[in-house]
Amino acid sequence: MAVTQLVGAKVHRREDPRLITGHGHFIDDFTRTGAAYATFVRSPLAHARIKSIDVTDAAKAPGVVGVYTARDFKGQLAGTHPAAPAFVAEKKYVPERFPIAEKEVTYQGEIVAVVLAESRGQAADAANLIQVEYDELPAVMDVEKAMQSGSPKAHEGAADNICWDLTYTGPEVSDAAFKEADVVVKERILQNRVAPVPMEPRGVLAEYEGFDKKLTIWMSSQNPHFIRLFVSGSMGLKESQVRVISPDVGGGFGSKISPYPEDYLVPALSRIAERPVKWIETRTESIQNATHGRGQYYDVEVAAKKDGTLLGMRMTQFLDVGAYVGTFSAFQACACLMAGGAYKWKGISARTVGVLTNRVPTDPYRGAGRPEATHLVERMVDLVALELKMDPVEIRRKNFIQPQEFPFTQNFGLVVDSGDYDKALDRALELVGYEELRKKQAELRKQGRYLGIGISTWIELCGFGPSAATAPATGGIALVESAQVRVTPTGAVLVYTGTHSHGQGHETTFPQIVADQLGVPYDSIELRHGDTAEGTSFGYGTYGSRSLAVGGVAISRATGKVIDKGKKLAAHMLEAAEEDIVFEHGSFHVKGSPDKAKAFGEVAFASYGMNLPQGMEQGLEAVAYFDPPNLVWPFGTHIAVVEIDAETGHAQLQKYVAVDDCGNIINPMIVDGQIHGGAVQGIAQALYEEVVYDEETGQLKTGTMIDYMLPSIGEIPPLILDHTVTPSPTNELGVKGIGEAGTIAASAAVINAICDALSPLGIKHVDMPASPDKLWHMMKEAGK
Amino acid sequence: MKHKVSTTVNGRRHEHEVEPRLLLVHYLRDNLGLTGTHIGCDTSQCGACTIHVDGKAVKSCTMFAVQAEGKSLTTIEGLAKDGELHPIQQAFWDEHGLQCGYCTPGFIMASAYLLSQNPNPTEDEIRRGLEGNLCRCTGYVNIVKAVQSAAKTMSTAPAKKATVAAGGN
Repeated sequence: MAVTQLVGAKVHRREDPRLITGHGHFIDDFTRTGAAYATFVRSPLAHARIKSIDVTDAAKAPGVVGVYTARDFKGQLAGTHPAAPAFVAEKKYVPERFPIAEKEVTYQGEIVAVVLAESRGQAADAANLIQVEYDELPAVMDVEKAMQSGSPKAHEGAADNICWDLTYTGPEVSDAAFKEADVVVKERILQNRVAPVPMEPRGVLAEYEGFDKKLTIWMSSQNPHFIRLFVSGSMGLKESQVRVISPDVGGGFGSKISPYPEDYLVPALSRIAERPVKWIETRTESIQNATHGRGQYYDVEVAAKKDGTLLGMRMTQFLDVGAYVGTFSAFQACACLMAGGAYKWKGISARTVGVLTNRVPTDPYRGAGRPEATHLVERMVDLVALELKMDPVEIRRKNFIQPQEFPFTQNFGLVVDSGDYDKALDRALELVGYEELRKKQAELRKQGRYLGIGISTWIELCGFGPSAATAPATGGIALVESAQVRVTPTGAVLVYTGTHSHGQGHETTFPQIVADQLGVPYDSIELRHGDTAEGTSFGYGTYGSRSLAVGGVAISRATGKVIDKGKKLAAHMLEAAEEDIVFEHGSFHVKGSPDKAKAFGEVAFASYGMNLPQGMEQGLEAVAYFDPPNLVWPFGTHIAVVEIDAETGHAQLQKYVAVDDCGNIINPMIVDGQIHGGAVQGIAQALYEEVVYDEETGQLKTGTMIDYMLPSIGEIPPLILDHTVTPSPTNELGVKGIGEAGTIAASAAVINAICDALSPLGIKHVDMPASPDKLWHMMKEAGK
Repeated sequence: MKHKVSTTVNGRRHEHEVEPRLLLVHYLRDNLGLTGTHIGCDTSQCGACTIHVDGKAVKSCTMFAVQAEGKSLTTIEGLAKDGELHPIQQAFWDEHGLQCGYCTPGFIMASAYLLSQNPNPTEDEIRRGLEGNLCRCTGYVNIVKAVQSAAKTMSTAPAKKATVAAGGN
């Protein structure tokens, strides 16, 4: 194979042949000889005391191996559910959480019992025979009411429902800005609670081998090493006794990062029952129990000058934590730190309040905190523009951080690494045909039609992350990334990463980087991940758009170490000084004498032989950990064009343009795919998706795909994409993240377009999801 | 009480005694080990389990195994012939029509049926023809492209030999 530049090329995915032919390996495709099947019995009530659990009939049912309740797991599992400090180090109240409820259930779906049987059907049949008596308690559902002192409590006996209340920056920080203001706009902005809904539900298969005291867990996880850490700790095992294998993962979107009750209970059941145990989540269980995203509202005020100069912001995030604190729940408070967006501000006052309710916990969902920040600031900037009768483009340009100002220290001390916001905006305006659209809009308005153009000039922080920032946020473990590169005697290159793809194509893109660096055939390089028994001692998983910007750089550094050793050996083989050895195109040669050369494969083979320089050990392999000096800061502009049907209130998305900048691109096909899927998730939050609970009883009303509206292929127009490239100075690959960008950008573009469309009616703000019903009522009300 | 069911799956005859309540998708996965057909919901919304029953696309969670008695079934494992990818499989690969790959077998089977009924669909017909399948990763953009590309390949008979698209060289 000729040596070509693979970084930047549209290399088709290596993952695909197995996935398009039905030979992928997802969690439900695994089993073990003698496996029993688990079915969980879950609370039908949002909040109740458990009076009694009668398992008599269930225990006698055909095929039943055993029926277990909380007391059976005492002594098997220790400790409470982990809740990382994330961006709120001091929490006031973190309810204790055991994986199975004993006395009180606090959300609909909380586990109260589990049946093990010879088959899935028998387990499900027997689960229906379990009689649980409950004393129903008031369900705490409304975040605002839950904060009041007289409110019922989400957990009986708690002092209040406040999980955290943290002021990052007090009012004094923005006082001067507000004093200078010509205009102040205020709004309450909702973030609808949404369900991640990866197409593959979760699942756990565990086998505890009693004689060896070894536990193997197969599960669908974005984060196998952290699962090993948590589960081994809870079960009283050393990490070395536990192996977690996460095979092909059918999507995650954040919902497969944190540990779940079943991740502890299934392995514990295997130890108790002395046989392998398998559990596969149903879709209803998934929507009911997998962590949700968003579920927040914001009170925001923005101060500006008459000429559109933004001065100050005051914002408070009220976050529905749910019934327990998700492991990375408090990460969502980063919305406060990102509230300033792409703009310069004199002062931002920010506070976050986490409130417990009787709903399933919230945790990171694609973007986590950053879509909320973008939505908030992009909405507020549009509201200021509306107030001042300015074009939304003009107000953005006037306040952007300028290219020459990077690295730019923003209001919370975070350093934005690089950017050129006007450039992405210019390109997006050109692609959408902005001037023409404004003319068309004016024409249509005369006809009583509602066309709107919505702009979102988004920025993001991602690539978690620098040890100084992340170790305190997790409670001790820095979210750096590890890599190992091993070269076998015959030159096969095995690359191990601690990240774990769930659709991102790492098996393709990471070898692209290594192939260019080593100058060896792409086909000789293989990526391995998702198995804690392989590679480095710890890996950090895939989330927060970190895999390339942290994991990819670690791989590149490990590869660099392999080359360094190769140079030493090649110098010895060529009888030259090490500093005279040049490595290029897969060959080591003496500077100025390209004919005096050793191919990489020759050096690899020699490294396992006997003729090594003095003191050199055999073998050619290296480990690297990359601790990034900063986060990375992608950005871009998304523009949505929406027409609203006055008869039905239906918002028809007519055109969608996305110009994104994630620094250098490894594989443009995969980057575009990430934008497509990400943007559609943001669009869907804006238009369709919402987890709805009954506000009185806490009953989940959207527990199936019938009630929870995911966008289908009919809803979404083709997306028009382009890129600008502003390399990141944070890492030597010049890369930023792209996994969450689309979601971060999209909801603001869509809602801004809807508000723009409805502005002739005097409608200034619309909350998500902008359903036909909601819009129809708003339009009717406004037209009165 | 168990019932006998005999089927032909991907050209191979099978006979099993099954519970009457056994869903066809579980029969394929658990009895025949054909795990390429996936389960993504409990309510027949997602289409991940789509297969062909006597040439027609069917969500295999909507049938009992016993209802497949005497029928000829094709699953994703049976689509490639003699080691040669079906043009729709090739097109999903070429056009990056999948990310996590979980919904993909269902989409490919639904697309194959669509193209068997309408070899040259418009974009709108593709979108309507596939509205019974859900994907959470791709935003459907490249799925539409893949079906368009497959339609083109399949209409230029004889089917062009699929190029193996690894490596960027």
